[in-house]
Amino acid sequence: MSKLGNLGARLHRGEISYDFIGHRKLWYGISILITITAIVGLAVRGLNMGIDFQGGAVFTTEKTSVTVSQAEEFAKDASGHDAVVQKLGNGTLRIQIAGMDIKQSNQIKDDLATDFKTDPETITAELVGPSWGDQIANKAWQGLAIFMVLVVIYLAIAFEWRMAIAALVALIHDITITVGIYALVGFEVTPGTVIGLLTILGYSLYDTVVVFDSLKEQTKDLTKQTRFTYSEIANRSINGTLVRSINTTVVALLPVAGLLFIGGGFLGAGTLNDISLSLFVGLAAGAYSSIFIATPLVADLKERDPQIKALRKRVLAKRAQGPAEEAFARTSAGAGHTEGPEDDDDAEAAVVGPRHQPAARGRGRGRPSGKRR
Amino acid sequence: MAAPKKGRSASAQSKPGRSLALILIAIVGLTAGMFASGHTTPRLGIDLAGGTSITLKAKSDQGSAINKANMNTAVDIMNRRVNGLGVSEAEVQTQGNDNIIVNIPKGTNSEKARQQVGTTAKLYFRPVLAQEATGSAVTASPSASASGSSSASPSPSASASGTGEKATSSSSPSASATSQGRAVTDALKADSTPSASASTKAGSSASPSASASGGAAVSEGDAALQAKYAALDCSKESVRNTAGDGVKPGDATVACGEIDKVWYKYLLGPAAVDGTEVDKAQAVFDTQGAAGWQVTMTFTKQGGKKFADITGKLAQNQQPQNEFGIVLDGNVVSSPYVSSSITGGQAQISGSFTQTEAQGLANMLSYGALPLSFEEQSVTTVTAALGGDQLHAGLLAGAIGLALVVIYLVAYYRGLALIALASLLVSAALTYVLMALLGPAIGFALNLPAVCGAIVAIGITADSFIVYFERVRDEIREGRTLRPAVERAWPRARRTILVSDFVSFLAAAVLFVVTVGKVQGFAFTLGLTTVLDVVVVFFFTKPLMTLIARRKFFANGHKWSGLDPKSLGAQPPLRRTRRPGGPAAGPVETKEA
Repeated sequence: MSKLGNLGARLHRGEISYDFIGHRKLWYGISILITITAIVGLAVRGLNMGIDFQGGAVFTTEKTSVTVSQAEEFAKDASGHDAVVQKLGNGTLRIQIAGMDIKQSNQIKDDLATDFKTDPETITAELVGPSWGDQIANKAWQGLAIFMVLVVIYLAIAFEWRMAIAALVALIHDITITVGIYALVGFEVTPGTVIGLLTILGYSLYDTVVVFDSLKEQTKDLTKQTRFTYSEIANRSINGTLVRSINTTVVALLPVAGLLFIGGGFLGAGTLNDISLSLFVGLAAGAYSSIFIATPLVADLKERDPQIKALRKRVLAKRAQGPAEEAFARTSAGAGHTEGPEDDDDAEAAVVGPRHQPAARGRGRGRPSGKRR
Repeated sequence: MAAPKKGRSASAQSKPGRSLALILIAIVGLTAGMFASGHTTPRLGIDLAGGTSITLKAKSDQGSAINKANMNTAVDIMNRRVNGLGVSEAEVQTQGNDNIIVNIPKGTNSEKARQQVGTTAKLYFRPVLAQEATGSAVTASPSASASGSSSASPSPSASASGTGEKATSSSSPSASATSQGRAVTDALKADSTPSASASTKAGSSASPSASASGGAAVSEGDAALQAKYAALDCSKESVRNTAGDGVKPGDATVACGEIDKVWYKYLLGPAAVDGTEVDKAQAVFDTQGAAGWQVTMTFTKQGGKKFADITGKLAQNQQPQNEFGIVLDGNVVSSPYVSSSITGGQAQISGSFTQTEAQGLANMLSYGALPLSFEEQSVTTVTAALGGDQLHAGLLAGAIGLALVVIYLVAYYRGLALIALASLLVSAALTYVLMALLGPAIGFALNLPAVCGAIVAIGITADSFIVYFERVRDEIREGRTLRPAVERAWPRARRTILVSDFVSFLAAAVLFVVTVGKVQGFAFTLGLTTVLDVVVVFFFTKPLMTLIARRKFFANGHKWSGLDPKSLGAQPPLRRTRRPGGPAAGPVETKEA
């Protein structure tokens, strides 16, 4: 694993790096493609709403010796939907199935009676309303809207408006993809799914903010130097936090993957599937979008800023006239580090600066990140 | 648990032992509290543990039609009543055309819940025209009645303060007054302090005379009502429960109420103010006087105006016609009298409420009255909606996932993984204990989605120290020795952690305040885990890092410590001798022209 440590070190020094910003069009394209697929899936297949949202039918049997798990099987065979089966205190069973009308429920009642080996008359069928009523949904939307406004304001203050916009775009991207894939897979939407989506919402922003925090730090004294453009620094900041992003994603995804593939796959736990699928897709999308979508988007927006444009001009001009200095640029493309108080006054050091190594050490190393050819 | 002040605490830097001790004491204390309270497992929601199912049937004997809109409104209101804090995971849904099913998780006070959902909570303020003691002492407490009048035995002593202040401004009924079963507050002028005059007034109000002199106040043509009033026997429970049935707010009516364990019958005028004009209600404890638990109401603008009007009119009347009856579901909860107009849009109901009763009543008044009245059809236990196998499968899968996390962390961070795992353990322990304690405290119940959310929260907790570890390693790559690296890395890692956790907490706070039901329960869990994340990183992970930085194994960068400068690919420092614990070799800036 010391290779990994080395990888971290080399990323840290900028010896190796991936040009995220340079290839941004590719990633935007991929995202747009996935998003379109998701939207199409949503439009064509729609979401399969569970009983909590759309109501359904409830069947109450007489006192019976049929077990809950048997009844689940019967109900699923009869209706093709997942059924919620509960045993009541008096030994009767309550079987709830989503999305039924009277005609269907009568049909299923007869099927159930055959399975239970009883007379259909002993089973009562009634329609039930949603327990997740419109009010809960409306309040949830309201809460989300308020939260979005607040978070944009907060990010605009803590960082800047461009980052706020980029974070919001990444967030919408994550949610759309998750919902779309959910529609494509065709799982029933339960309250658990919604909770999963909300968790993603928090996580997606959280992850983006961690990446932005490092970006903000690296670009603090940007205009006081003329060695790198904003995009190049942004790119290096992504590479600098790459190890952290990978580790965090692995740590967050492993348990959820466990729930989804082991819990859902082998043990056949139904509800776990709903929740863990939305979590799995959402967490993956959240980690991906902070790196491939949000940060390049900030760079895109930034590069339109006159100050940053001017900087880019200066940087390119300097590079054109002094190939000798380019060597320096190469060696010092690492360690984008703000130094402590002892050298805060040194504006250049805040952004770059070769670290205790003669320039010669850097010769023959790979190109610096974001280097334009 | 009083979270110590966060921020730049010097002690955390210099005395790592102290904050470690602090958090360990907190864990031990909380765990001890958990065992002492006897609630050693978090309460589980219906999906995992089952609970009680109540079926309510709408009564069709009233003017209002049983239609879809009314049923849905009733569902919403009941939902808010049983889910007061939004974390109890109760479910409310319609069934058929006129039934509502309420599912309450195990371990909830189902008796209380039954009262809360079944009570219509129609509240009216009606002027008292006449009142008369029925005479026989009360034996059964009325709370046993199906109407579920949440006021078990309020000795009507409502006080209304006109200052817009809370209970503090209402003068306290003196002992003599309460023994009379009747305390009165002057409408307070904004500039005068509560005086003892109230009690002298109360003294003058002799216990309600049995001679009803109110007959005259009822307009002629209400002979039928007079007859009904004369015939009313409030000592019979069946009579009490039906006395106010089918009455329109605009009509005069009769009702029963209890003062000091004696039932009185009332002849009441048309409703002057309506419960819908109560903006919000709160249960408060009267710290000033002896009134105990009270319910303070704030009226809407219009309601406040009406209230001022009616009290102004009543104040000019003689006893008992200077009283107004606060009528809840056909029963007089209390009947205070007024001596001058009460402006300011506030009123209190006080009686011999217990805390639970006061909160229940406040809760009902806040969420409004049900558009229909319901009667209980059946109460039965239900088993878990998800089989127990689901939870087991989930826990097993989660455990496997966590084992993989452990393997990954050890492979990547080696020695540091010890700190990571210890932090995760502390975080998990705190989460578990708090959830177990919150069950009895605020009715918190854990459902399957929340379990999954907690598992994701572990990832977010882990992220905090991954951010920190990576910072430390970056510092080591700069050629610093471990101790300065640990201290220098902290402020920046701390900022990242706080900024990103703030976003999560913002989400939790907004959703908790705005939403209802399950979403609110989720927001609570998210907020809790976010706060715990910060607490654990600040008071456990960081101090532990400071401590281990002093150990040779780590400070010398042992191959397995996860902090080996060589394997991290550190730049060789300019000074070739490494002095453990010595001052860091300051980086030399090579300046460019």
